[in-house]
Amino acid sequence: MSFLRGGAFFAALVALPLFGFEHWVMNLLVFVLIAAVLASAWNLVGGFAGYPSLGHAAFFGIGAYTLGLICKGHEFASPYGPFFWLPVVGLVGALIGWPFAAVSMRTRADVFAIVTITLLFVAQTLAFNLRGITGGAQGLALPVARFPVETFEWPYYYVLVILLALAMGLTFLTMRSKVGLALVAVRADEDKARGIGVPVTGVKVLAFAVSVGLTAMVGGVWAYYQSFIYPQFAVDPLITIAMVLMTFLGGRATLWGPIIGAFILETGQQYLAYTLGGSRFYLIAYALVFLLIMLVLPRGIVPSLVRRRSA
Amino acid sequence: MHALIQGVILGVLTGGVYALMASGQTLIFGIMKVINLAQGAFVILAAYLAYQLFVSFGVDPFLSIPVTTVVMFGLGVGVQVLFLRPLRREDKAELSLLVTFAVALLVEGVLSVTWNTTHRSINTSYANDSISLWSFQITEVRLWAFLLSLAALGGLYLVLNRTRFGRAVRATVQNPDAALLLGVEAQRVSALGFGLGAATAAAAGSIYGLLYPFNAGSHYDLISRLLSIVVLGGMGSVGGAVIAAMIVSTSSAVVASTLSPVWSEMTFFVILLLVLLIRPQGIFGTAGRGAI
Repeated sequence: MSFLRGGAFFAALVALPLFGFEHWVMNLLVFVLIAAVLASAWNLVGGFAGYPSLGHAAFFGIGAYTLGLICKGHEFASPYGPFFWLPVVGLVGALIGWPFAAVSMRTRADVFAIVTITLLFVAQTLAFNLRGITGGAQGLALPVARFPVETFEWPYYYVLVILLALAMGLTFLTMRSKVGLALVAVRADEDKARGIGVPVTGVKVLAFAVSVGLTAMVGGVWAYYQSFIYPQFAVDPLITIAMVLMTFLGGRATLWGPIIGAFILETGQQYLAYTLGGSRFYLIAYALVFLLIMLVLPRGIVPSLVRRRSA
Repeated sequence: MHALIQGVILGVLTGGVYALMASGQTLIFGIMKVINLAQGAFVILAAYLAYQLFVSFGVDPFLSIPVTTVVMFGLGVGVQVLFLRPLRREDKAELSLLVTFAVALLVEGVLSVTWNTTHRSINTSYANDSISLWSFQITEVRLWAFLLSLAALGGLYLVLNRTRFGRAVRATVQNPDAALLLGVEAQRVSALGFGLGAATAAAAGSIYGLLYPFNAGSHYDLISRLLSIVVLGGMGSVGGAVIAAMIVSTSSAVVASTLSPVWSEMTFFVILLLVLLIRPQGIFGTAGRGAI
């Protein structure tokens, strides 16, 4: 059943661009996919292990700048070149995430949230101040991708589809494996889990490293798509918040929840951004939607549906 | 050496303001186990209120503190009743974190619509006066700000230790269930406690507005600093927060005056990571029961 559903979903995603949408629709789809992979990645730590990371945007930024620096030191014959470096970008993100998680996950959920949010702001400060590496406030340019104009968004779109398949595949494996069971045990009662011999530290640090590795890869794709990155957008608290919010809206620790949340929220967010323009009313509307979801649907869409069906 | 001592003086004086902000935040955590990510936004909101009172009516920010604290106290109570109380108990810790983040975004949005994003500063007539002690320059504003912060902290101490409400607060921090059994109205204490936390943010906001230029986005700078202070001092410990504020503020001022201002922004993060490695519960935190 779940294979059928997954197959149909990805077949639809692969076929979607063939309808020949206008550029703004394709652009929207690219951002929806970015959001879906991010939310799915966050779910591995925030959903399954119950460690609400507020610092994932730091790793998004790390991925963006890593790809930027790779492009700076490298001449690519083909515009597809940078995509093949994405695994390296993911590895860099995971390698930075590993020791950070090993230290910060010594604490429990609430202090962990604090440490990760602090990491976010430190990463932003660094992105502004390490001018030699990041270009500071002037930004960092990536090579302009010479894709055909009519299908410019397609390569990004399909790379993101692959990343989404990777994220959902990992989530599926997590749910079906001992690692997943261990993570659920960590979320339910970490001390008891440790007491009966579950390797809690190992699994939660692993989940964090995988999660931020995926996040960094999305950051890389985003950077190449934007072709110019600034610190305030590469390391943006709103990215973190979007990941959390989408996962909560769809349903934590579920396979489809973050995806559904991302499709609904990102579309809505882009709509708000278009209608309310660059004005700051956008932020107010966003915050209100946020509050509404937390108060009305704290469990998320998928768990609410499942309970209704089984009741 | 001169730069070092100058840094220490500056750090201690600014530390007072941070101590005030952080004491409110740690108090909220102590009572409700809620990490208030909107504390920085409350500070900036209060700074704008003080700014507007100064620009429109010429009220000195030091004098407008009673007004802003009362307004922010009401706002804090409102936020607790409207957004935090309805949360269900089992996932309250995670959800309250996100709800207060949403409140911070809401405040930021409202501020940037009302006052746009230009940096504002409150330019009083005495803004640039300074006294020199031996060879060290101390701006008068900072000195007054420090003294006023101490006074406000003293007021908070009196409220916590000399009133019925304070006793209820301390009881809730130490053992929420026992306090409930002994007839402490948990909901009321939570609402008033959140209000009190917002009120300290208000007092600190007026002072912050005098010391630094600010805009709607400034709360991001504040919140990571405040959170580090709260963790360092031990979550829920007001005394710990005051001492931690002094440590963080002094060390980052010393780094700024001896190495570079850029790296002073990083100091608190390094301190935070070290504390987590050595003593995860913070300097004055206890592993089990709450302290105050």
